[in-house]
Amino acid sequence: MAKQIEVTDVDAYYSGHKAIEGISMTIDARAVTAFIGPSGCGKSTFLRTLNRMHEVIPGATVTGKIRMEEQDLYGAGVDPVSVRRTIGMVFQRPNPFPTMSIYDNVAAGLRLNHRYSKSELDGIVEESLKGANLWNEVKDRLPKPGSGLSGGQQQRLCIARAIAVRPQVLLMDEPCSALDPISTLAIEDLIAKLKQEFTIVIVTHNMQQAARVSDKTAFFNLAAQGQPGKLIEMDETTKIFTSPSQKATEDYITGRFG
Amino acid sequence: MSAVTPEIQRISGLRRFKDKGVQVLVYLAFAIAVVPLVSVLWMVIANGLARFDMEFLTHSMRNIGARDAGGGAYHAIIGTLEQVALASLISVPIGLLTAVYLVEYGTNGRLKRSISFFVDIMTGVPSVVAGLFILAFWILILGMPFSGFAGAMALSILMLPTVVRAAEEMLLLVPNDLREASYALGVSKWRTIVKVVLPTAFTGIVTGVMLAVARVAGETAPLLLTVFFTDSINNDPFSGPQMGLPLYVFDQAARPNDTAIDRAWAAALTLIIIIMLLNLAARLITYWRSPARKR
Repeated sequence: MAKQIEVTDVDAYYSGHKAIEGISMTIDARAVTAFIGPSGCGKSTFLRTLNRMHEVIPGATVTGKIRMEEQDLYGAGVDPVSVRRTIGMVFQRPNPFPTMSIYDNVAAGLRLNHRYSKSELDGIVEESLKGANLWNEVKDRLPKPGSGLSGGQQQRLCIARAIAVRPQVLLMDEPCSALDPISTLAIEDLIAKLKQEFTIVIVTHNMQQAARVSDKTAFFNLAAQGQPGKLIEMDETTKIFTSPSQKATEDYITGRFG
Repeated sequence: MSAVTPEIQRISGLRRFKDKGVQVLVYLAFAIAVVPLVSVLWMVIANGLARFDMEFLTHSMRNIGARDAGGGAYHAIIGTLEQVALASLISVPIGLLTAVYLVEYGTNGRLKRSISFFVDIMTGVPSVVAGLFILAFWILILGMPFSGFAGAMALSILMLPTVVRAAEEMLLLVPNDLREASYALGVSKWRTIVKVVLPTAFTGIVTGVMLAVARVAGETAPLLLTVFFTDSINNDPFSGPQMGLPLYVFDQAARPNDTAIDRAWAAALTLIIIIMLLNLAARLITYWRSPARKR
């Protein structure tokens, strides 16, 4: 299910303003890759280029190459909708569809794309909710609205919704920043479990979290305000947090700036 | 820092006085706003009840002489319901699609700005001008007869900008997070709009459409020039003159006898009740559709 992503020299722009510059990296399959760096350094922007969500914003463009296995995601004739179906995304704030029940929320990605039989859907919904460690908490109230859940449960509902469409890769944009420590722990456990099946990329402001959950860590930084963000270094997480090769990385993780 | 250290004090008399003063003003403003509403309702109910009976609701004015009592507004009720339904049928789809274009597709282009501009202009079109336009274009140039449909077209011109603006406001209120969540699931843009954005904005759009309906249901001027007057029942809005409740009120109230004046009041009451019932129906639909009910 999981696939590797190969990024070569990617720049991203917001209406002419360059937000990130010259990013190249390899994102391993069946592993967790964490993006860290100060606010405004382009981590989220870069994450959004990976599943072509960046271009949803009016005036936003991307140059460079992003390949998933042998497929060029930005190749001519590639349907961005199908890219997003293969590379799922979880957002900073939990955003279940307010008009839909818990069940419908999980089934949304499937229903909105294809026709499924009731029993097929039931199976996928149960499997996805179990996959998101939410099944036991909601199995008795599937027809109730998803907005009635707590913040942490809503976020796990969003994860269930994302994995229900069986993506190859799961992108997470600060998935725990709006959650309390217990819900955060639940999501981190979940990430550890999901990486056996998916390629996971997570943006986080919490360095302990990056150290806890990720196998590899990429540090992003920008030279000055208004300058494009750049990838400073990327390595095994243990190496980044013990002996980074760049001075800026060390300064950041030891709390000297950012 | 040269500022005086703040200390905890009692609320000053002046502040308490200002607080009470503003409170009184707010209540007063509310009372003044309610006076016309209540008095209109009161007048219409008090004067309208005299003739608000089964005969009024089930009979037309056919063969009712100038000074006769009796008669009713059945033909006008039918006319108003059909004209408003047709007007909604024309303006709601166009208005909704326009709003969807403005919010979801028009990304600050010239087309979006000019549509917005013309919608604003349409909001300011006096209702009689809408009637005149249909009279000139549909009836005089194209040679179509007076009909309920011509009236409905004039009403839809007045309804359209209200529907566009209301739907646009509601679509703008849908958080972008939901659109992104849907895109991120690999759902195409139009499916996102149909399955996520519109259902989320549904209750608000229904309320907006109801406001537009309530507004045009009471319009007299555009009907005056397009549906003509008739005392008979005409169930077919596409041919021949048809009556409408506002026209009926206008017609009856202009007559010198008390019997006609009573009919005018009863018709006004009927119109208010119809609009109230429509609003109630809309409330029920939104209540029935709201996610809170499933809790």
